[in-house]
Amino acid sequence: MSDPLLSARGVTKRFGGRTACRDVSFDLWPGEVLGIVGESGSGKTTLLNCLAGRMTPDDGTVTYESAAAGTVDVHGLSEARRRLLARTEWGFVNQDAREGLRMGVSAGANIGERLMAIGARHYGTIRQTSADWLARVEIGLDRLDDRPTTYSGGMRQRLQIARNLVSEPRLVFMDEPTGGLDVSVQARLLDLLRGLVDRFHLSAVLVTHDLGVARLLTHRLMVMQGGQVVEDGLTDQVLDDPQHAYTQMLVASILPV
Amino acid sequence: MSMLPVLRVSALNKSFVMHAQGDLALPVLQDVALAVAPGECLALVGPSGAGKSTLLRSLYGNYRPQSGSIQVRHRDRWVELVGAEPRITLDVRRHTMGFVSQFLRVIPRVGAVDVVAEPMVRLGAPLDEARRRAEFLLGLLGIPARLWALPPATFSGGEQQRVNIARSLIADYPILLLDEPTASLDTANRDGVVDLIRQRREAGAAIVGIFHDGAVRDAVATRLHNVALPGAQP
Repeated sequence: MSDPLLSARGVTKRFGGRTACRDVSFDLWPGEVLGIVGESGSGKTTLLNCLAGRMTPDDGTVTYESAAAGTVDVHGLSEARRRLLARTEWGFVNQDAREGLRMGVSAGANIGERLMAIGARHYGTIRQTSADWLARVEIGLDRLDDRPTTYSGGMRQRLQIARNLVSEPRLVFMDEPTGGLDVSVQARLLDLLRGLVDRFHLSAVLVTHDLGVARLLTHRLMVMQGGQVVEDGLTDQVLDDPQHAYTQMLVASILPV
Repeated sequence: MSMLPVLRVSALNKSFVMHAQGDLALPVLQDVALAVAPGECLALVGPSGAGKSTLLRSLYGNYRPQSGSIQVRHRDRWVELVGAEPRITLDVRRHTMGFVSQFLRVIPRVGAVDVVAEPMVRLGAPLDEARRRAEFLLGLLGIPARLWALPPATFSGGEQQRVNIARSLIADYPILLLDEPTASLDTANRDGVVDLIRQRREAGAAIVGIFHDGAVRDAVATRLHNVALPGAQP
């Protein structure tokens, strides 16, 4: 088989005296969606930020198999090259869409900007591609020229996803992409994400505290507690046959409907 | 002529350790061994709670045995599933081994026909071809055409189960694991499912199943395998 797309080895991040994530190692293979689950404060988001190069770990390495540049050490890259990577081969979906969007410009511009960043120049093509993506994330074309400030929370989140996927990234990082949305809005977004992951053979690292979201979207899980990975495996293995005391407690805490 | 097995299990051990109950360990499978060849249907038999479902789920890589071996013939090689990396188990599930459970895990907003078509699409089939086959199977299993486009969340238990069966049979897996495939079906629909399972067996699938219904078991099984809890009297 091919090489792993992303490899973490001994990734550790400390804030003052507190270790937010400790000695995390794994390989992400092409086409895999890896979920990182655990309670608030377990270190999930810190780990995600270290993987995506948004935070520098105190120890450990993250390597990425780049389409353009071969194997790269994410934290050894210059800031400029890391930014280039983030806009050409990666996507990052924030929990708060306002952090991932430019709120002062239109929806069309939010999508088009990503295209221009990877070299698209023809205005008609950019507008058409933006419109296609808006339709794909189920936003009416009549909203193309509206600013995301006029959008609902669910629409903003879908727009953020369109902005991230329009450049056809190979790897997408997602931080609680359905957090803070109503359940019905969440279901629609999950279905959309699931379809897009399948259709574009995306690889992704997804942070969530919602085990239902993890069940639906991920192939594999890592369970974090107190900054450490306490269990990992196929998603259905971890959820149906949890081994670690903490995972058993998490699974037992799901409210049935 | 007897065929060589495509699934072989040896010295398989599985216990559940409940950490919330003071690390209580429940041994369920002890030294399990079996082998299944193409064209065979092995029925797991034993009292309720003896570990039949645990064995079946372990074969699918859903439960994680502590020790032993589960080997599957996959892409012309033997692959070990005990302790396998996730991507290996996923590849085996995608290409080689299907599982019919009693319950359908509903996906919000996805219509029945696409739920059924999905495994075939994942194997690279064109969407329209997969949908046609999905509709054929749904029709064969007695799901009315007016329901095909609807998400199965609102279907009856029996309808959901038949959607689940269609989904598991669409990709022609060489190995099939069936956990009570006819549990909530009426007689007519049960017979339809039995026919499909027999067809698959005669076409060379290796099948392991749990069938509480004696008539169903007699109709599909070629061999029985006794399952008992460790320490239980036979």
